[in-house]
Amino acid sequence: MKRRPVLPGLKLTLGFTLFYVALIVALPVAALLFKAASLGPAEYWAIVSSPRAVASYRVTVLSALGATVFNLVFGLALAWVLTRYRFPGRRILDAVVDLPFALPTAVAGIALTALFAPSGWFGAPLAELGIKVAYTPLGIMVAMTFTSLPFIVRTVQPVLEDLDPTLEEAALSLGASDSAIFARVVLPLLAPALLAGVSLSFARSLGEFGAIIFIAGNQPMSTEITALLAFIRLEEYDYQAAAAIASVLLITAFAMLAITNILQARALRYTRKG
Amino acid sequence: MKITLDNVVKTFNTFRAVRGVSLDIGSGELVALLGPSGSGKTTILRMVAGLEYADGGQIRFGEEDATDIPVRERGVGFVFQHYALFPHMTVGDNIAFGMKVSKKKRSPAEIAARVADLLRLVRLEGLGDRYPAQISGGQRQRVALARALAVDPKVLLLDEPFGALDANVRRELRRWLREIHDELGITTLFVTHDQEEALDLADRVVILKDGKIVQVGTPEEVCRTPVNAFVMRFLGDANHFPATISGEVASIGGARMPAPGLVDGAADAYARPGDLGFSLEGDGVAATISRVLDRPDGRRLIAVTEAGEHVELDVAPDAPVKAGARGVITLARAHIFPAA
Repeated sequence: MKRRPVLPGLKLTLGFTLFYVALIVALPVAALLFKAASLGPAEYWAIVSSPRAVASYRVTVLSALGATVFNLVFGLALAWVLTRYRFPGRRILDAVVDLPFALPTAVAGIALTALFAPSGWFGAPLAELGIKVAYTPLGIMVAMTFTSLPFIVRTVQPVLEDLDPTLEEAALSLGASDSAIFARVVLPLLAPALLAGVSLSFARSLGEFGAIIFIAGNQPMSTEITALLAFIRLEEYDYQAAAAIASVLLITAFAMLAITNILQARALRYTRKG
Repeated sequence: MKITLDNVVKTFNTFRAVRGVSLDIGSGELVALLGPSGSGKTTILRMVAGLEYADGGQIRFGEEDATDIPVRERGVGFVFQHYALFPHMTVGDNIAFGMKVSKKKRSPAEIAARVADLLRLVRLEGLGDRYPAQISGGQRQRVALARALAVDPKVLLLDEPFGALDANVRRELRRWLREIHDELGITTLFVTHDQEEALDLADRVVILKDGKIVQVGTPEEVCRTPVNAFVMRFLGDANHFPATISGEVASIGGARMPAPGLVDGAADAYARPGDLGFSLEGDGVAATISRVLDRPDGRRLIAVTEAGEHVELDVAPDAPVKAGARGVITLARAHIFPAA
């Protein structure tokens, strides 16, 4: 017997879904690519490989990598603490993790700038140590770290919660040291979730705009991120150049997602039946 | 390895899970911890493994106090109720895990040879490259056992080893576990709530209730001489009859039975369905048959006594009894305990 679906039939739901995805996701992406493609190959290449653009890719990608690595370690630790321990204030900490999601990024940017400016609470002591954060690539990294923190915590947390504690006990009874249990049992089981979190965190950092422009200083060739460069081109009514630069971000994000999906499928091969 | 539990106590928050358990397990013995849920049997097993600390008392491995031996150096093989196989490792890698993380270095060839031996022992040749998700429950159970045996444990501990399997697989694995135990001679302790499993498999059965030992003995001892009504009822179907003792003789309805050592007064008699019979007249307990259940190996009668108690008794498949018949239940054997 055919199971009666709760929502109206396949034709209607699928049709609506496809229409919606096309309108909201595919159309803007297509328009962007179309706009960029209206440039000739030589002109396109000249824009995306200009020294200013290349410098913006470098600072964006390196900062995003730094932020992602930091969040990988810290986010995993945070998820671990939130799932494995019961302590007063745990629920508050759990809620605070979502703050970067909820906070308008411009607010985050202004707050971070105020903290890390040479006269700020963190900026002043750091300046004495000779470390400048605001208006340097380090500031970009701080802003990216802040806005992308929830991704790794929230992807790892549910998997960690479902991790069967008897697996660790089994490893222990078989004579494994704590580090061996972590490296051989816990980490491989968390790997797919970590990968998903890393790719989301990295993609978010690549595209982050609001939080960064306040703290970055936005000096061309040193602290100007790619998203800002596209925005500047837009302000100059140079739509094609803006689209060309944006298309580089788009392609990077796509490539990133594709790679993570492949890695994830590999990491999850053990769940396949048959 | 001989294991001694000396007045072991364990409390979780306010729940007293284990209340002073003392037990000697001889080297090479196969012992079952049998009890209803909440009787503390799994907690005892986990304390022996070192996964749980005793709040009081002592557990000794041989002559050594096990409190000071960390889990990973105790040399126990633990088989978990739901197997706890590492899902991201193949069957072979699961079995090799203990050897790979061991301080004792083994060459890859040595490990591979041992894994092949163990796969043969648990009759899973050719499945070494599968993942746990790709094999059946009974096979996973055997992998879990092979993984535990791979580290040459001095003691094997199994927590409800066959609990999650269906009846046929369970019976087969039970026989097979006994064979492996006899072959390897490892001191083995297993937890079960299934009395049939405990009686079929173990050299000695430890019956637990509310964190205390009620009776320890061979299957024959606990079956033939249960120490109290709890053991009697827990080990199998048992019917209760009120009895009266007078001069070391028990009166159960119209039946008389010797009751040596019991003081005069009220007592409780218990009898297995197979120790009862039904006849239209004679000495026994008056009852009316309410249902007749036909089974492949016999016929079970459900009777109601005049006191309103339900009694189940097994008779020959061709016994001419119909529902509604009135008569007496005769007792061939019964266990009589002082009134609780």
